[in-house]
Amino acid sequence: MQLQAESKHIEHSEFVSFTVAGQAFCLKITQIREIRRWSPVTVLPHAPADVLGVMNLRGAVIPIYDLSARFGLEQTEASERNVVIVVSAHDKPVGLLAESVSEIISINPDDIQDTPQVDSRNTMDFIQGIISQNDEMVRIINLDAVISSPEQVGL
Amino acid sequence: MTGSIMDTFFEECEELLEAMDAGLAAIEEGDQDPETVNAVFRAVHSIKGGAGAFGLDELVAFAHNFETVFDDVRSNKLQLDPKLVQLLFRASDHLSDLVTCARDGGQVDADHHKVLITALGEYIDEEEEEVVFEPMGMGAVFDPAPISAVEEVSYDIRFLPLKEMFATGNEPYFLFQALSDLGALTVRMDDSELPGFDAMEEGETYLSWELTLITSQPRSAIEAVFEFVEGLCELSISTDGDAAAEADALAALNAAFGVTSVEEESAVDIPLEQPEPEQVESPTSAEVDIIETVEPEAEPEQGTDMPAETSKDASKSKSSGPKPTLRVELDRVDRLINAVGELIINHSMLAQQIANLDATDLRDVETELEGFKTLARDIQEGVMAIRAQPVKPLFQRMARIVREASAATGKTAKLVTVGEATEVDKTVIERLADPLTHILRNAVDHGIESPEDRLAAGKSKAGEIRLTAAHRSGSVCIEVKDDGAGLNRKKIHQIAIDKGLVPDNIELNDGEIDNLLFLPGFSTASEISNLSGRGVGMDVVKNAVTALGGRVNIASTPGKGSTFSIILPLTLAVMDGMVVSVAGHTMVVPITAIVETMRGNDDMINNLGADSTLLSIRGSFIPICDVASSLGLRDGSSREPAGVYLLVETENGDRSALAVDDIHDQRQVVIKSLDGVCGNVPGVSAATILGDGKIAMILDPESIVTASSSAAVFDTDRRMSNAIAS
Repeated sequence: MQLQAESKHIEHSEFVSFTVAGQAFCLKITQIREIRRWSPVTVLPHAPADVLGVMNLRGAVIPIYDLSARFGLEQTEASERNVVIVVSAHDKPVGLLAESVSEIISINPDDIQDTPQVDSRNTMDFIQGIISQNDEMVRIINLDAVISSPEQVGL
Repeated sequence: MTGSIMDTFFEECEELLEAMDAGLAAIEEGDQDPETVNAVFRAVHSIKGGAGAFGLDELVAFAHNFETVFDDVRSNKLQLDPKLVQLLFRASDHLSDLVTCARDGGQVDADHHKVLITALGEYIDEEEEEVVFEPMGMGAVFDPAPISAVEEVSYDIRFLPLKEMFATGNEPYFLFQALSDLGALTVRMDDSELPGFDAMEEGETYLSWELTLITSQPRSAIEAVFEFVEGLCELSISTDGDAAAEADALAALNAAFGVTSVEEESAVDIPLEQPEPEQVESPTSAEVDIIETVEPEAEPEQGTDMPAETSKDASKSKSSGPKPTLRVELDRVDRLINAVGELIINHSMLAQQIANLDATDLRDVETELEGFKTLARDIQEGVMAIRAQPVKPLFQRMARIVREASAATGKTAKLVTVGEATEVDKTVIERLADPLTHILRNAVDHGIESPEDRLAAGKSKAGEIRLTAAHRSGSVCIEVKDDGAGLNRKKIHQIAIDKGLVPDNIELNDGEIDNLLFLPGFSTASEISNLSGRGVGMDVVKNAVTALGGRVNIASTPGKGSTFSIILPLTLAVMDGMVVSVAGHTMVVPITAIVETMRGNDDMINNLGADSTLLSIRGSFIPICDVASSLGLRDGSSREPAGVYLLVETENGDRSALAVDDIHDQRQVVIKSLDGVCGNVPGVSAATILGDGKIAMILDPESIVTASSSAAVFDTDRRMSNAIAS
């Protein structure tokens, strides 16, 4: 159930792939609570650029992150066509803004390649591994690294 | 014994300790009512009884000493003088410590324990001390104890348990066992009231007992055995010589009892030998056994029994019980509160949806919707009332703080509490304990002068600290007022400069100096005293209160004393807010913060310097704070005259005008904490969900004003005071 910290231990399972700023990413299907259409969020004053604001998820206030900005890519101009992927990070629901959801892919753990050594520290932290799908590179997101614990956010 | 029974015991202990403290406080005030003494005695006794059942020997031993002294007071052998009352207070504090230690583990201060036992011992009459009994000595054998004393008296005891006695889990068997420890006991059960099998009703009592006890112990020892079931049974104790005439009275009582006890007609198949009601905690079979073991012993001497009794003190048996209460897990209440919160949000959503409908006649729907709203409010208030508790227990704990603090400092201080019945949310009460403790210790340590100084200043020797709780327009105000020397502002300022907390070239006004106390790391005690002055001081108070959505004020008059006021919201879940729009965003401002609202026009706005604007209202000028730019939602430079100004008052009494675009509505909003969602957002205290399902920020006017004015960098003095205020 839990995503293992090391990519080696990822069991054969299903991933949901989606695009963020034109690049393909994926998250393990069990990490995802639901996927919603984008609707305007309430802006948080003094929030960092990658925190879009907060959204009402059936009575709970959840923060929404712009994945693109979080990865250091350009900020997403959110529109109706975009989606919010609600995941559970640090036992709290968190929304991630993505361009669009592509498909569900089934991955054999052996097909997962380690993230190649690159200079960017953030990239190394955020990307847990990569898979080749239809000649396209799909990046597996390390959710715990991308979503810092709530105490650190916004400070 | 399972842990849960122990938990119940400790819960009860807490209530009993409270009752004890309340009683002692009343006695100190000069309450002469014997019932007050009795109440304290009963509380100590019940703690002792329960502790005995759990084998908490230290607690039992101490409670016993304590109780013995009280018993003497009760029987007027001891006169209550202030010295004794002080001792009793200390003993009650210690008893509370012992209970805490028994619950959480740990050890009490052994020396203190001994000192108190010795001190109590001085009051204990040696003979009286012999009156030891095991109220719940379950392990003891049911054998008549050896009779040692010379003078033996035969007591006839008639014991008729009421059904309530079994409902509280008491067992006649244990009572008899305790009696048998006092001397030779014969027991005879009277089953003459036992109806036929068909007529028997569940939960009813039909049995009574006649007991003969030959003992050297005084009558009070026998009464003490029945202390636990006082008011739960008909009891009469008489010595040999008493007239038997009153047997009729009991018969009449029995008859009356039989008549009034017509209850549910649920016929149950209880075996005939099993006359006890089913509510009894112990298993049915065990109970039958007990009764049977009692009976054979009673048989042989049956003939010598002379049923006779004297009617017992009426006031004693008719002790009015406390209001019936219900213990509920806090979780359940909190779930309910959340659900009600959702209900209120749901209502406003529904209302908005209906308002958007393109229907022609909505009057009926709207009427019903109004009813829905009223009901939702009722439920919400009801649920909140469950969480609301009087501050009395908290205040009582504070009495102890003051006692200890004055003992440690050699000062004489008296705590006067006002408004103990004021009800506050449970969480607030819990989280207020620490800040209040701090303030009170400070009041004794720094506020109240030494007795000599007080006399020199023409005050009474004993300082008075007044702890007041009151509801004040939607908030709760808790005040600690001492009649001490007041804040030494010069010293406070100097210390703040010495510690580098403020630059030394800045003039501060009195209010600002007072607020220096709240700076982290501020401590005026030249030497670190045991009480206050651990370096963590009033900033802890401020943080704790701010975390509850409240604020602290200080007022001080040199030579007259200081007043610390804590102002708190009534509930933590719902508040009344004004819905405003700020740069296109919908936000909520707490009503409690708003003094006045007004539409602005250009005439009222005056520029002051390059950046500042003042609003003139009825001749006074109030700095304007643009909410949008303060929150970073609009560029500060493009300042246009705002539509509406909300006048708010900050902690130190300064007024500011919050500029917002428009006011939409005033409504009750459910507070959704942002903790764990996005950390601390400056200017925002929480969020809420509006009728359209959107989230709106709940603004914190205090921090908006602070943030806004600290932006005016050129004004060093101003910034300084803001740094202090924050």
